[in-house]
Order: sequence, then C-alpha cells, then structure tokens
Amino acid sequence: MKEFLIDILQNEILVYVLMAAVPLVWIIPFALFAVWWERKISAHMQDRLGPMRTGGWHGWAQTIADILKLIQKEDIIPAAADRKLFNLAPYVVFVGSFAAYAAIPFSAAYVGSEINIGLFYILAVSSFVVVGLLMAGWASNNKWSLFGAMRAAAQIVSYEIPVALSLLAVVMIVGTFDLQEINRAQSGYFWNWFVFQKFPLLFVAATIYFVASLAEVNRTPFDIPEAESELVAGYHTEYGGMKFALLFLAEYANMFAVSAIAATVFFGGWNSPFGDFMSGPVWGLFWFISKGMAFIFVHMWLRWTLPRLRVDQLMYVGWKVLIPFSFVIVLGVGFWVMLAR
Amino acid sequence: MGTYFKNIWEGIWTVLVGMKITWSHLFTPAVTIQYPDVKLKLPERARNRLYVNMDDCIGCDQCAMACPVDCITIETLKSTPDVDLGLTSVGTKKRLYVPRFDIDIAKCCYCGLCVPPCPTECIKMTDVYEFSEYERNNLIYRYATMTPAEIDAAKTKLAAYEKEQAEKKAAAPPKPAAPAPARVPVGAKPAGVPAAKPVSSPAPAPVDPPENPENKS
Ligand code: SF4
Ligand code: SF4
Repeated sequence: MKEFLIDILQNEILVYVLMAAVPLVWIIPFALFAVWWERKISAHMQDRLGPMRTGGWHGWAQTIADILKLIQKEDIIPAAADRKLFNLAPYVVFVGSFAAYAAIPFSAAYVGSEINIGLFYILAVSSFVVVGLLMAGWASNNKWSLFGAMRAAAQIVSYEIPVALSLLAVVMIVGTFDLQEINRAQSGYFWNWFVFQKFPLLFVAATIYFVASLAEVNRTPFDIPEAESELVAGYHTEYGGMKFALLFLAEYANMFAVSAIAATVFFGGWNSPFGDFMSGPVWGLFWFISKGMAFIFVHMWLRWTLPRLRVDQLMYVGWKVLIPFSFVIVLGVGFWVMLAR
Repeated sequence: MGTYFKNIWEGIWTVLVGMKITWSHLFTPAVTIQYPDVKLKLPERARNRLYVNMDDCIGCDQCAMACPVDCITIETLKSTPDVDLGLTSVGTKKRLYVPRFDIDIAKCCYCGLCVPPCPTECIKMTDVYEFSEYERNNLIYRYATMTPAEIDAAKTKLAAYEKEQAEKKAAAPPKPAAPAPARVPVGAKPAGVPAAKPVSSPAPAPVDPPENPENKS
C-alpha cells in the first residue's frame, strides 16, 4: 500500500502521514461503536434494553451524543493536582495505545510499519500505557486515583510476563517477530491457525494470552485499577470532559489492540478460515476486523459474567497460575520444535 | 498440588458455566417497559390525581379535615334563603357557595383519606399520573367554579340579608325562623346538572369532561 500511495501522490511525507492516520480513522468509530455495543450487550445480558431512543434504531447515536457532550464540557483541573503531569497523562496513555497500531497488520496490504520486530515493538510500546496511568494517578493528588494507578502498575507489570511468554511460544515456531510473517505462516485453512497447532500446547498458550491480556487492558474480572465500587473510578477519578474521553478512547483502543494481537498470532490474522475462499487484501481486512471484534465480544461477555477479583487473587492468578503454565508451554514448544526439526 | 490443579480446573469450569448463563440471558426477551411509549395498565382503584366534581360539592369540609397534610383549602359562603343552589346527584340540598376549593397536589401524598368521608362522593381518585409542571404553583389545582363577580354578588347579598335579619331581630320579638325548604327524597336526581369545569385561575386545572364524571380524562 505504501509503494502504491507513493506512486500516486509522489510525496513520501504525505504518504507517511496518511498511513499513520489510518488507524486513528479506525479507532474513533470503533470506540464509539464498541461503547454502544458494550452497553447493548450488558443490557441484554441483564434482560434490559440499554439505550433505545437516541437516533431512532436501538439508540445507535447514543455514544455520538455522549462524545459531543464530553467535548463541550468544562476542563476541570483540581487545585491540588500537578498541572503539567495531569494534562500530559491522557496523551501519554493514548499515545501508548495508538503507537501499538503502527505494527498491527490490518490486512496483507496494510500495516503501518512492516518491521521485523513488530510483535516485540508492540509489547514494548504498550507498556508505555502504564507510565501514563501512573502519571494520571499521581498527578491527580487524590487517594483513589493513586490507589488505582498503583494497582494498574502492579497488575500490568505482572501480567506482561505471561503475555510475552505465551506469544514467545508462537515466535519460536515461526522464528520471527514479524507479524506479517506470522500471518503468512498460518495461511490456508483454519486448522493451520496456531491455536490448533501443536495441540494442546498452543491452545493453552492462546488461553493464557487472552486471560493475561484482559488483565493488561484492565477489563473485568481484572478491573481492580478502576473498581468503581471501591475506588470511584480509579486513576481517572479526577478527569472530565475531553481528557476523560481520551482516557476512555485509549482504553478501547487498547482493547482492540490486544484482541488484534490475539487474532494475528493465534487465529490467523487476515487469513480467511477457508483457504482461498474470500481471501485477498480487502477480505483480509474484513477477516481481521471480525476476528478482533469477536475477541472484544468475549471481553464484554466476560465483563458482564464475572465479579472483580481481589488484589491477592489477581496476584495469585498471575504469578502462581499463568506464569508457571506459560513457562511449561514455552519449554514444551521449544522441545517440540527442536525434536521435530 | 492436587488442590492447586483442582482449583484451576474449577476456576475455568465455573467461568464457563457463568458464561453459559449470561449467553442464555443475551437472548431472553428484555423485561424493560419503554415507559412513555408503552404504559402498564394501572390496577383498579389506583390512587393518582384527585378530581372534584364541584356540581356535587356541598362545601362540608369533611375532605379537608380528613387530609393528613392539609393540602385541601375550602372556603364557603352561606346562601340566602331565596336562592336555590340546586341538589347534588345524591339528592342533598346545597346550602353553601364554595368560592374556593384548592388542592395543592404537590403536597398530596395520595393516601386517599379524603375520598371516603365525602357525603356526596364528589371527590375521587382518577388514573391520571402524568401531570408534572415547570412551576410549583401550577400544581395548586383550583376547582371552584364561581367567578369573582359572582362571589362579590353573593357576598353583598349575604351582607344585606344579614343586616336585614339583624334589624328585624332588633325590631320584632324573637319568633321561629322561616321553615327550611322541604328536603327532596334521597335518590331523586335533578335532571340536568349544570355543566361546569374546575376553573383554572391562573393555573391549568385538570380538564375532565364534566358531562361524564366517570371519564377519567
Ligand atoms: S389523598 Fe390524602 S393527602 Fe391527598 S388530598 Fe386526599 S387526604 Fe389529602
Ligand atoms: S367532602 Fe365532598 S362535599 Fe364535602 S367539601 Fe369535600 S368534596 Fe365537597
């Protein structure tokens, strides 16, 4: 896509700006849709209806109205807050989650930056979010925010390990961090996807990745950094208006990013499940987004099913269950790859 | 070690069980009633807005006395023997003008205690419950039907009559008062009850078609 655009526009800088803007164009409508979708799903799971009036059909315009309201809101900065950090934090959080999109392969023809360490880059840059969260919590000068930020940091740092290890299992098989290579290695029918390879090792790896990624994006049952029943709203207690919207946008962008990685690494990315049927760059985009949305649906499904974990339970799941299991998987896959060679 | 694996297995299993339950609820029809579009049928004898049929009110003040929050204000005015205020629908002779009959529905707690004491059954609960207002004063419902001019005329007439009576009393030795007009047998309804609406001054009062008091707007 890059070469094609350079051919048309004859201006490399413009092309880079355009390429960078593509994920943004995706994130904002996606977040608006996902918030509405989550409200609908939560409502129906509780035998309610959710938003029904705004915009006519099933309240489809509700989130658009909400974001317009948020834009108009007064920008309040608490008197005791550290102004600089307080203002900077939402941008750091958003930049952290947006930067991950640079290496996410949306389709065979489009990936922001086709680097050979794509997966590594995403893992590294998405940890940047935790800096923003800590910043937000610390700068708010509010006990709830600080609690939320500390919990977020503890949680993300511990769950990064199982995430990285479970992805490492796949990297050992493909032999590269390049996400497009990982995609190509899974082409063909859906039994070529890595979840179904080296059964059951990679299936367990996919499960571990999914659980740990839930914790990484602070979703229920691992939403203790936000924990509205204990911490008001966690690290974004003091935020309002556009800055709150930005934090919220980052949260949903993160949700899609981890779902996209799950789809790419374990579920074939932009590959069609049926070989050559409905494959190609455009269908690739379709498959990629449907897979990502399916994972997001599971995120939401779990959110409205499970209660929140306690902090000690969270640490138990992270350190005593997910990490040992992912080590076993890495070892098992390693031996398998070596012996099968 | 055994409990460790058992706990993990149970964790996964119970999550799946929970997910199955929420999945089934995803397709259960919602119980939400979309209120302004869909309204539930009210139970019989539901207590909502009060309505007073002023054609039947004899101004006896029973309802105001029964009210625990004193939200009914009634003022009455005696009539002179030569005017006939007519009969109520249960046949009671009306002797008093009712120049003021206000119910402050904002204070009303819908206890319904004002309804049973009424001897002519003219104050009753309707099933209207949507009457929010932007001004609190608009919630004072004024049911009296007399215009200010009529009230003034009645007052002057009463004052003149009382003065006359007092003069008579002073002039002549006491004698038995003029016999009251004979009571009409209970149950004989007057043919035409004059049509009247609760006067809304200045507030809009509940508009019930007076021809059919049973019709609850
Ligand atoms: S319903 Fe109760 S509170 Fe309301 S006017 Fe009648 S007696 Fe008073
Ligand atoms: S009890 Fe009935 S008749 Fe008596 S004042 Fe009240 S409404 Fe009128």
